[in-house]
Amino acid sequence: MNRLTHVLGALALCATALPAGPALAEGGTLVIASTQVPRHLNGSVQSGIATAVPSTQIFASPLRYDETWEPQPYLAESWEVSEDGLTVTLNLVEGATFHDGEAVEAEDVAFSIMNTKQNHPFQSMFAPVESIDTPDTRTVVINLSQPHPALLLALSPALAPVLPKHIFDDGQDPKSHPANSAPVGSGPFMLEEFTPGEAIVLKKNPNFFIEGRPMLDEIIIRIIQDPSALLIAMENGEADIYPFMAGSQEIRRLEGADHLAVTPEGYAAVGPINWLAFNTASEKLADVRVRQAIAYAVDRDFITRALHRGVSAPQRSPIIEGSPFFDESIPAYDVDLDKANALMAEAGFGDGMELTVDYIPGPKEQQQTVAEYLKSQLKKIGIEVTVRAAPDFPTWAGRVGGHDFEMTMDVVFNWGDPVIGVHRTYLCSNIRQGVIWSNTQQYCNEKVDELLNAAAVELDPAKRAALYAEFQQIVATDMPIYWINALPYHTAYDKRLQNVPTGIWGTMHPMDMVSWSE
Amino acid sequence: MGSGFLLRRIGYGLLLMLGVVVLNFLLIRLAPGDPAVVIAGEMGGATEEMLASIREEYGLNEPLLVQLGIYIGNVLRGDLGESFFFNQPVAHLIALRIGPTILLVVTAQLLSIFLGVLLGVLAARRPNGVMSAFVSVFATIGYAVPVFWTGIMLIILFASVLPVFPVEGMTSVRLRDAAWYVQWLDVAHHLVLPAFTLAIIYLAQYARLSRASMLEVLGSDYIRTARAKGARERTVLFRHALRNAALPILTVAGLQFGNLISGALLVETVFNWPGMGRLAFDSILRRDYPTIMGVLFFASAMVVIANILTDWSYRLADPRLRGRT
Repeated sequence: MNRLTHVLGALALCATALPAGPALAEGGTLVIASTQVPRHLNGSVQSGIATAVPSTQIFASPLRYDETWEPQPYLAESWEVSEDGLTVTLNLVEGATFHDGEAVEAEDVAFSIMNTKQNHPFQSMFAPVESIDTPDTRTVVINLSQPHPALLLALSPALAPVLPKHIFDDGQDPKSHPANSAPVGSGPFMLEEFTPGEAIVLKKNPNFFIEGRPMLDEIIIRIIQDPSALLIAMENGEADIYPFMAGSQEIRRLEGADHLAVTPEGYAAVGPINWLAFNTASEKLADVRVRQAIAYAVDRDFITRALHRGVSAPQRSPIIEGSPFFDESIPAYDVDLDKANALMAEAGFGDGMELTVDYIPGPKEQQQTVAEYLKSQLKKIGIEVTVRAAPDFPTWAGRVGGHDFEMTMDVVFNWGDPVIGVHRTYLCSNIRQGVIWSNTQQYCNEKVDELLNAAAVELDPAKRAALYAEFQQIVATDMPIYWINALPYHTAYDKRLQNVPTGIWGTMHPMDMVSWSE
Repeated sequence: MGSGFLLRRIGYGLLLMLGVVVLNFLLIRLAPGDPAVVIAGEMGGATEEMLASIREEYGLNEPLLVQLGIYIGNVLRGDLGESFFFNQPVAHLIALRIGPTILLVVTAQLLSIFLGVLLGVLAARRPNGVMSAFVSVFATIGYAVPVFWTGIMLIILFASVLPVFPVEGMTSVRLRDAAWYVQWLDVAHHLVLPAFTLAIIYLAQYARLSRASMLEVLGSDYIRTARAKGARERTVLFRHALRNAALPILTVAGLQFGNLISGALLVETVFNWPGMGRLAFDSILRRDYPTIMGVLFFASAMVVIANILTDWSYRLADPRLRGRT
């Protein structure tokens, strides 16, 4: 007999009361400024914030999430997880249509999940999905090879856009399908114009399946790659919202603008962690004592308070601190140079050593500045650090993916559930030469694999959290990575905007409720 | 004007472009970094199978010379390929951007020639006067200052101190639905700073060149004769002297066209101008081979065409050259 774990009616969505506040105006244009260039607009075959922001406006998905990590109805008005966790049934809302007028049916959802499973870089999202049955046009039955607690989060707008089967199922390679740049979805906004690298213009979907939404007439995503120019656009009112802002100077400057509000909310599921990764296969870094010595020598608080001017938060775990799976009790490795020197001596490096640190090209403040700081700080424990800059992403990715590095600074996202964004970095089976953002540290601990594999199938949230807590304790000791800080993503927006998306997915979430105040 | 001259120039131009294609093809592949890894990185990571399929799909498995042969064959058929990054035809990406680049480059060229020559002529009237000294100093500074620095200084000035001109982009998104003339005025408004930034370095050169050229011409017998006949100073300067002093300016203008296009790359990046320069810059960072090749192909075509037009106009301006081939 099936256990009904979640049954929420369509009414629940309608009952999601808009917060009390200023009167809301229908219509208007929202200009989103972004430094990120999307390759295309189909989040089914592409991860990343650049694609996810427009993709979540164009495509609807089975579920959406509120601020408390609770799933909410979207294309699925209700859903059930069987008691053994091997079957998930989605009951689709009636009357949803794609932008071309075709009805959204169970076949479309089934096709989309299988398409994402086969073509999205996050293979772990739908790996246990064996088959999908569609007994009628509004019922989707997902059959799993093992329980998969990450599945419901993977059905979010940012990860599981529902594609029109009648357009995408034509035999062309989904990763380079022409419709990826001219997509037809069932989300609150329809694509009007896409100028690659410049702008995306989205118009209100008048037949959106949630009545009375969206509130806005138009969303324009303007790509301004130079952050200084983007700041000016925000200050001058040429743009209304700037998500994924990470520079301390930018944040402080826009906080000073009278017409703007700045918030760090909206990035809990993204979980962006800035870290120092060790190549554990390197002779010098194979000894855990050397890695721990480095951890004791680096002052995480100095980095966040002084180098990042207090806008970023220290991060001492592979799991972002806002996640329900974060373990409070893991050691922080407070600065202790005596202990660090002793560990170096124990490891046989009492006379010091030389190491190289690479860093992913990106904002100087998060990467290069921290790498330069490491150079001066690690000198105190006898490590001569050479900072090796890469002129561009391909050069850095070639070095790190090819395991041709000793230490590297990197930014990696949790992507909501640890199965999606955390496991890939620590599983022995994910040591893959030439693949960036795999286990490039070449770290392998069978106990860690055992815990992660168990957590991946554990349906009880408390037991799952316990498994992840043990995992965090082990990796905090083995230290294949020294986690430094959560990237200080902030969103700046015009104060007249209402219902700015600050849930767990931030702006990678349908903006059907966003409006201007009257 | 012999058609043989023109055909020969076009022939040389085509050979030159072939050379540019081969050289660019080899140079860009010497840069470290695998496009498949970049695409995988942009996707958010990938498995070995995905990397293999990306290499297969984009023909990166083939030997280099085979890839070159395929590319040249495609170009001859008018196919510039598909962007690795955007999965869209390179010709389409260029078509979206060539207009803004031509607008920027041509405006900067006209602005620099017009203002430069005007300053040069005024300076030449009194070689030891204030204007002459100003032109010399201005030319030295204008030539010495990097174009991106000028751009950044102008942005700082016009973004906060004197917010008169927009400092980024080509259009205001909020005017998308405005009347056509409002949109044209909006583009012109956005064009002021980038065009001036790009023009300033060449403006200084033209000013100096036309000053020197005018000084030489103004010492000629026929100028003295014109003045003796009582011709007005303006007529002497602009009708008699400038026409003869213009030849070196024309030559330099043609030769500078290539430099203007490379300067546009920096100016477009600084001002977020949606042209080919920015596309080239981004594509190099992404190892998007087909797009880089396509942009360089068009840029070299523009330079070749500009040089042919210069040679042609040179012959129009100087009747003595028309008999030569």
